[in-house]
Amino acid sequence: MNIKDTVSKIKSGKQSCRELLDEYIPVILDGQEKLNTYITLLLDSAKERAESLDARIAAGDSSGDLLGIPVAIKDNMMLSGTRTTCGSKILENYISPYTATAVGKLIDAGAVIVGKTNMDEFAMGSSGETSFFGPARNPNDPDRIPGGSSSGSAACVADSQVMGSLGSDTGGSIRQPAAMCGVVGMKPTYGYVSRYGLVAFASSLDQIGPFASNVEDAARIFTVIAGFDEKDSTSIAPGESDFVRWVHEKGMKLKIGIPREYMGGGLSGEIHNRIADTARRLERSGFEIKDISLPLTKYAVAAYYIVAPAEASANLARYDGVKYGYRTPSPDDLLEEYKVSRQEGFGDEVKRRIMIGTYALSSGYYDAYYLKAQRVRRLMERDFQEAFGDVDIILSPTSPTTAFKLGEKTQDPLQMYLSDIYTISCNLVGLPGINVPVGKDSAGLPIGAQLIAPWRCDGKLLYAARQVEKIYE
Amino acid sequence: MNSGGYETVIGLEVHVHLKTQTKMFCRCRNLFGAQPNTHVCPVCTGQPGVLPVANGKAIEQAARAGLALGCRINSESVFARKQYFYPDLPKNYQISQYERPIAEKGHIMLGDRKINITRAHLEEDAGKLIHAESDVSLVDYNRTGTPLLEIVSEPEIDSPQEAAEYLKELRQVLRYCGISDCDMEKGSMRCDANVSLRKKGSKELGVKTELKNMNSFKAVEKALEYEIKRQEKVLGEGGRITQETRLWNEDKGTTRSMRSKEEAHDYRYFPEPDLPRLVIEAEKIKSIRDSIPELPAARRRRYIVQTGLSEYDAGVLTQEKEISDYFDAACGMLGDKSSENIKKLANWITVELLGKLNAEGSGFREDVISPPHMAELVGYIGAGTISGKMGKDIFEIMYNKGVSPGEVIREKGLKQITDGDQISAVCREVIESSPDIVDKYMQGKDGVLGVLVGNVMKKTRGQANPAMVNAKLRELMGRRQ
Repeated sequence: MNIKDTVSKIKSGKQSCRELLDEYIPVILDGQEKLNTYITLLLDSAKERAESLDARIAAGDSSGDLLGIPVAIKDNMMLSGTRTTCGSKILENYISPYTATAVGKLIDAGAVIVGKTNMDEFAMGSSGETSFFGPARNPNDPDRIPGGSSSGSAACVADSQVMGSLGSDTGGSIRQPAAMCGVVGMKPTYGYVSRYGLVAFASSLDQIGPFASNVEDAARIFTVIAGFDEKDSTSIAPGESDFVRWVHEKGMKLKIGIPREYMGGGLSGEIHNRIADTARRLERSGFEIKDISLPLTKYAVAAYYIVAPAEASANLARYDGVKYGYRTPSPDDLLEEYKVSRQEGFGDEVKRRIMIGTYALSSGYYDAYYLKAQRVRRLMERDFQEAFGDVDIILSPTSPTTAFKLGEKTQDPLQMYLSDIYTISCNLVGLPGINVPVGKDSAGLPIGAQLIAPWRCDGKLLYAARQVEKIYE
Repeated sequence: MNSGGYETVIGLEVHVHLKTQTKMFCRCRNLFGAQPNTHVCPVCTGQPGVLPVANGKAIEQAARAGLALGCRINSESVFARKQYFYPDLPKNYQISQYERPIAEKGHIMLGDRKINITRAHLEEDAGKLIHAESDVSLVDYNRTGTPLLEIVSEPEIDSPQEAAEYLKELRQVLRYCGISDCDMEKGSMRCDANVSLRKKGSKELGVKTELKNMNSFKAVEKALEYEIKRQEKVLGEGGRITQETRLWNEDKGTTRSMRSKEEAHDYRYFPEPDLPRLVIEAEKIKSIRDSIPELPAARRRRYIVQTGLSEYDAGVLTQEKEISDYFDAACGMLGDKSSENIKKLANWITVELLGKLNAEGSGFREDVISPPHMAELVGYIGAGTISGKMGKDIFEIMYNKGVSPGEVIREKGLKQITDGDQISAVCREVIESSPDIVDKYMQGKDGVLGVLVGNVMKKTRGQANPAMVNAKLRELMGRRQ
C-alpha cells in the first residue's frame, strides 16, 4: 500500500496511527538487529507521537499529507532533543538543540519519525562502512553494503521498516544507496529543500531528498519537504506546490538522452545491458532516445574531490572539543586539545578529506586546485545546458556496479570514489536526479537507473521516473 | 615624521562595530555588556547544521560608511571564510569578505592632506575569552557574530600624530552617520597599525611590523612612537626589521613580538558557500547616499566660510553631530543673525554649555537648555537687554531648572538698566561718596575709573548697562572739572 492509501485509511478511521506503527515496530526491531539500520531508534517517542496524532484525529483534525506515516531520517539531520551523531564518534553524544527545517516539515505533515539512520561518517563514503557505529547492511544480501552515505535511509525503506525516509546527497549519497538497495531515491534541484539543520558536509553540493519504495511516494515526501526557507540563504522557491501530479501526468512526450561517457569503461556489463534495455523499452513506449555527449564528465570526480573536501575542511573545523562533542580527556594545552580531540574523534576517511581540503585551499595552491575546480563546475554547467538543448531528460546507470561485499573496497579509496562517478555531476551543477530500480542482476542484486533533469525541472524528472518505473512493474 | 634620515610609513586597519538591532548572521540581539552567553543561539555558537543569514541593516550600515568615506560601493560583493582555530571563534572560521569587499577606494581628508582608504569590508566579530584562573579560560559568545566593518587605509600616514588625527576624523564621520559608537574602550572601535621606515626619498616600502592591542587613540600614538624609535635604532645599528606582529604593552610603554611572518596564519580564504553574492541595487545605494547627513568637514567649512567662525570654534562645534545640530538649530532661531551674534552663540555653546557638561562628566545633552532657549538668551545679550555677566547668572538658572531666559528675567527682575536718568543718579551718588578716587582720576589716573564702575554695578546689583555707566561717569567727572 502506498502513502496516499495508507493516509486515507487513517483519515477514514479504519486504522489508527498507533496501530499502523505497531505493524512496523517488529520489522524495525528485526531489521535493526540484522542490518544495523539505525544509529538511534526513537520508538518510544514515535509511539507517543502516534497516540497524540490519534487524539488529534479523534478531536476532528485529520490534516497532513503524511498523517501517521512511519518515516526515518538520516542521522545528520537535527531533531530537537534527539542525538545527532553524523555517524561520528566526535558527535556520539551530541543532542540536537533545534529541529531541521525539512524534518519540521515532515512532522507538520503528520509523519511519525521512528529513528535516525546509519550513515557514513559525516556523509563521507559510498558504502556505509565509515560509520563509527558499524556499517549498515544491504537487505538484499546482509554480507553486502547498502551503499552510502545514506546507507540506513535506503536500507530501511528497502526492508519495509518505514514507508519513506530522508537522506542527503552530496555526490550521490541518496541515489547510489537507492540503486544498491533497490528503492527510489531523489536528489532535488540544489536549493529546493532547505539545508537548515542538515549537518554540513560540502555546503554547495549538499541536498536533502526522499527515499521511498515507489516514485509517487517519493514525490509526495518531496512535496512536503520542498520550499523556500528564510533560514537558508541558498534556498529557492520551487514555484509549484504539488509534485505528485507529475507522477500521474500522461502522454507527455520526452526526448531522452543517454550520455556515451556514462556507458563506457568501468561499467558492469549487466548494468550496461539493463540500461540499454530500459532505453529500448522506453523507445517502444513512444519516447525518443538519443545518444548524447557530456565531454567534461571525465573531470567530474577530480573536481568533486577538490570542492567537497575543501568545503568540508572548513565545515568540520567546528568540531574541536571546545563547545560540544568529543573532547580528549586530559589535554596539556589548547593546541593539544584541538589536535588530539580531532585525531581521536574523526575516522580515517574524514581525516583524509579534511587534509585534502586543507591542502587545496592553502595559500599557493588555491588557484591551481579550488579555483580551477570551480571553473570546471561552470564549464560542466554549460555542458549540461547544451545537452538539454537537445533532450528533455538524461538516462544513465546510477552506479557502475551493484552492491559490493563489505570490506571489498575499504582499502582502496579511489575505487570507492569511482562508485559515485555517474552521480557526482548533478551535485556539481545543482541539477535534480533520481534513482529508479530497474530489476535485478543475475546475483539477485538491484540495478538502478539514474534520470537527470534540467535545473528546476524536478516535476519533469518525476514524470520520467514514473515512466521508467512502469516498465518494471 | 622623519628623523635620522628615515621617513615613517603607517597604514591603519580599523574595526568598528556596526550599530544594528541584531547580529550579522543570526537574529540574536547585538548588545554590549550583557550577562555572558545570554545573547546566543545555535547559529552564533556554531552548532552543527546551522546557516548564516546576512543582516540587511548591517549591509546598509556598511554601505553608508563606504559612501561617507567616498568609497565606491560594489554592486556585487562576496562573503568569504577566513579560517583559523581559536576558542572565541565557534565555527573556527570567520565569515568575512576577501576578494571583493563591499566598499573600495575612498579617502579621509585631514585638512588638505588626503589619506586614501583601500577598502572596507563586512565581517562578524569573535567572542571574548576571559582568563579567569591560572588554568581555566572562559568564553563569552555574546559578542560572537556582532557586525563589524574593517576599514583599511593605504600606507600613507606619515606620523603617529597623523594616525591619531585620521582615527579621530574617521570616528567623527562614522558617528555622524550613526554607523558606530566607535568607543575604543568598549571595543566598538579597534585599531591595528602597520608601520615601517624607509630612507628619505625612497619609493620602496621598508619591512613593516603590525602593532596590536592599543585601546585608545593615545595608545595608538604612543605605540607608534615607540615602534618608530625601536625601528630607527635597529636600522641605525645596521640591523634589519623582522616582519612580525607586535603587541603594545600599555603599562610598560613598549611593544613585544607576538608572532613572526613564518608563524603567521594561512587563513585559507574561500568564498562562503552558504551565502549568495551580496547584491546591492543602484537604487538602494542612492537612497543610502541620500540618508547621509552633512559630514563634519563640510560643516566646519560652512561655519568658517559662511558664518565667520574661527577654525577652533568650528572644530569644537563639529566634534559631535549632536553639538553641531544643536548649534545649527539655535542659530536658525536667532532673531538677529549678525555674525557677531552667531559668534556669541558659538561661544555660549562651546564655553558655557560644553564647559558645564564636561565639568559634570556628562556627554553632550541638548535637553538641559533647548536650542530656542539658548537662542533667546543670546538674543537678549546681543540686544543689550542683559549684560554678559547677567547672562551667566541666568544661564545657571536655566541650566538647573530648564526654564526659558525670559522667565528668569521676569521673575528676578534682572533686566538690565538702560534708563539714562536712573544710571545718571547712581553715578552721581558714587562720585559723591568717593572723593579720593575722583581726585586720583582727575590727576590723570584713568585706571581708577574701573573702581567707580564697579561701585555703580554693585549698587545696581549688576543690572546697569556697563557701557552706559562708563560713559556717564566720564561725562559727570568731566563736568566737575
